[in-house]
Amino acid sequence: MSKELIRLRDCVMSYGDEVVLDHINLYINDKEFLTLLGPSGCGKTTTLRIIGGFLSPTAGDVLFDGVRINDVPPHQRAVNTVFQRYALFPHLNVFENVAFGLRIPKKDRDGQKVKVSEREIHERVMEMLEVVNLKGFEKRPVSALSGGQQQRVAIARALVNRPKVLLLDEPLGALDMRLRKDMQNELKRIQQEMEITFIYVTHDQEEALAMSDTVVVMDGGRIQQIGTPTDIYNEPKNAFVADFIGESNIIDGIMRADGVVEIFNRRFQCLDKGFAKDEPVDVVIRPEDVDIVDESVGQLKGTVTAVTFKGAQYDTIVDFYGFKWLIQTTDFCPVDSHIGIKIDPDGIHVMKKSHYSGMFGDYSSYSEEYEELDVVEPDGEDGEERDSQEGGYEE
Amino acid sequence: MKNKRAWFSVPYVVWMALFVVIPILIMAVYAFTAADPATNATYATAANFTGMGVYLSVFLRSFWLAVVATLVCLLIGYPVSYWMAKEGPRFQRVAMALIMLPMWMNFLLRTYSWMSILENNGLLNQLFQSIGVIDLHNSVGAWLTDLRNSIAIRFAEDPDSFIPAVYHPIRYFQMIGTPGAVVLGMVYNYLPFMILPIYSVIVKLDGSLIEAARDLGADSARVFSKVIFPLSLPGILSGVTMVFVPAVSTFAISQLLGGGTQMMLGDLIEAQFLGGAYNPHLGAAISMVMMVVVVVCMVVMNHFGEGEEQAVML
Repeated sequence: MSKELIRLRDCVMSYGDEVVLDHINLYINDKEFLTLLGPSGCGKTTTLRIIGGFLSPTAGDVLFDGVRINDVPPHQRAVNTVFQRYALFPHLNVFENVAFGLRIPKKDRDGQKVKVSEREIHERVMEMLEVVNLKGFEKRPVSALSGGQQQRVAIARALVNRPKVLLLDEPLGALDMRLRKDMQNELKRIQQEMEITFIYVTHDQEEALAMSDTVVVMDGGRIQQIGTPTDIYNEPKNAFVADFIGESNIIDGIMRADGVVEIFNRRFQCLDKGFAKDEPVDVVIRPEDVDIVDESVGQLKGTVTAVTFKGAQYDTIVDFYGFKWLIQTTDFCPVDSHIGIKIDPDGIHVMKKSHYSGMFGDYSSYSEEYEELDVVEPDGEDGEERDSQEGGYEE
Repeated sequence: MKNKRAWFSVPYVVWMALFVVIPILIMAVYAFTAADPATNATYATAANFTGMGVYLSVFLRSFWLAVVATLVCLLIGYPVSYWMAKEGPRFQRVAMALIMLPMWMNFLLRTYSWMSILENNGLLNQLFQSIGVIDLHNSVGAWLTDLRNSIAIRFAEDPDSFIPAVYHPIRYFQMIGTPGAVVLGMVYNYLPFMILPIYSVIVKLDGSLIEAARDLGADSARVFSKVIFPLSLPGILSGVTMVFVPAVSTFAISQLLGGGTQMMLGDLIEAQFLGGAYNPHLGAAISMVMMVVVVVCMVVMNHFGEGEEQAVML
């Protein structure tokens, strides 16, 4: 896991005045599952295409095993791609699609063109089809396959070439929820079995957290944070990351001392250190880290303005001094009830102010939207609405 | 009928029956009958077909010239379509308009224009004359003749028995009245029918397929031969069909540009119905044979492009 395989050094991509990638620095280790995560237009696909060789960065270097590969065309890179819409060849059947890369003579180390024998092609294709659970499908035309099966063919077609790195561009985007979950497990299994590096692009934060060794959160052509899924979730670097990964209440606070942060003129114990005294900060409180208690013993007191039943929990919107929080709890609190809350020190995460401060983490719009919906749909079964309303990210 | 809107197709079915099926049947009746010159009464016979052997040369010439014209259209049309499809949408619109433009003019007018270009004292020959191509041709020819003569004299032989004279001074290049002129006329008239279907297939090609092929190790040549070309086959097939079928039955082009020396099937048939050789029974028989041969050609062609994507048949 430790050997560095790919490095992007100060990569800039711009079209005229429009900067798509702004000084990206990133290294990717051998056998790592790395995810580029971000909303559409954040530069994640551009980054992937630069690694794949379909784009050449305006400035900066792409290194592969320490060698600069900026000018190496895609067909000479030890990298294969699974495309967003699979891009299977419609005039070839499953077997021929998978065999496509093997039938192309490759140069070996001495520059000699080497052809893979027909027997070896057959063996390797069949072996690969078995890995992706498509045995017996080799004679089928690709148009006769379901979305999930086409996806598997695309993966087999890329992997059969034994690339050092597999690039996946939102490979599960076109599949339905159920199939996505299955394929996530499948991909993770394949990655571990074949022991190759996966670079995965997605806008789905759950997918990123579930599959990755390393998550790279991007926005506006910049890397916002690089870390393990737990780091990214528990220690977001700024309001954007906190909001994009999971649900967050983000409140203005003031760091009064190491381990003491003030919110709404009240002091809370926290675990964060190293800030200047009285430094203004963003405070992240995850909805599941808040305990609802009786009003009299609460650290903060508020009024419930909306409740949505989500199955595993209630999404409760609580108004604290005009600022609305999302609290996820198994306790049902009726609308207009007055409640208190308690937050443990490890439930509070303090972040430095950034230009994202104040843009995220307020659930006011959510509650209003919800109330409007409530009139039409009394059972309020719809939880998807908020995602599209609040963040504006494509689902 | 399952589909309630099926009756929308009634006008088309009636039209097809009236103007396609019934005429073909009438033709068949004509083809298998002949008129007694004395009584003008018709009687059933297969003589129209058995006596057709005399026209074999016309059949062969028709198919040969049509095949050549179709191949030339394909050789010109495919690169043009490919290049057009790769350019931006603005360029595509302009190029499309330019390709369609000649088709807005009358077909005969266009062919007459070619006549005045290719004629012995036509535009092209005048151009050659004025820039000295013809003089150059003549002086090169004269020089070669001198060379031959001087060599022959050295061997003390009669120059014409040494190397027969191959050169005569010319005043113009003979272009009209040659098979080449007929092929040129057909290519000019039918090229858009080759470009349009190929272009529309290539322009719809999913760019990610090309990226996928490159990603899997294919260089540009291989991307073309393994992905782009196979996927544009349906366009090629319909283009070939749309050029070959009218080319094989063309008649005005061969008359105007062939100068009467390049008789094709269309001319032969026309002569049986409208011309001096008036014999509608024979004309119908020739038409039937031509139709069968064309259909067979098309079936064979379509067999090459087997699979789900069949060429658009007429």
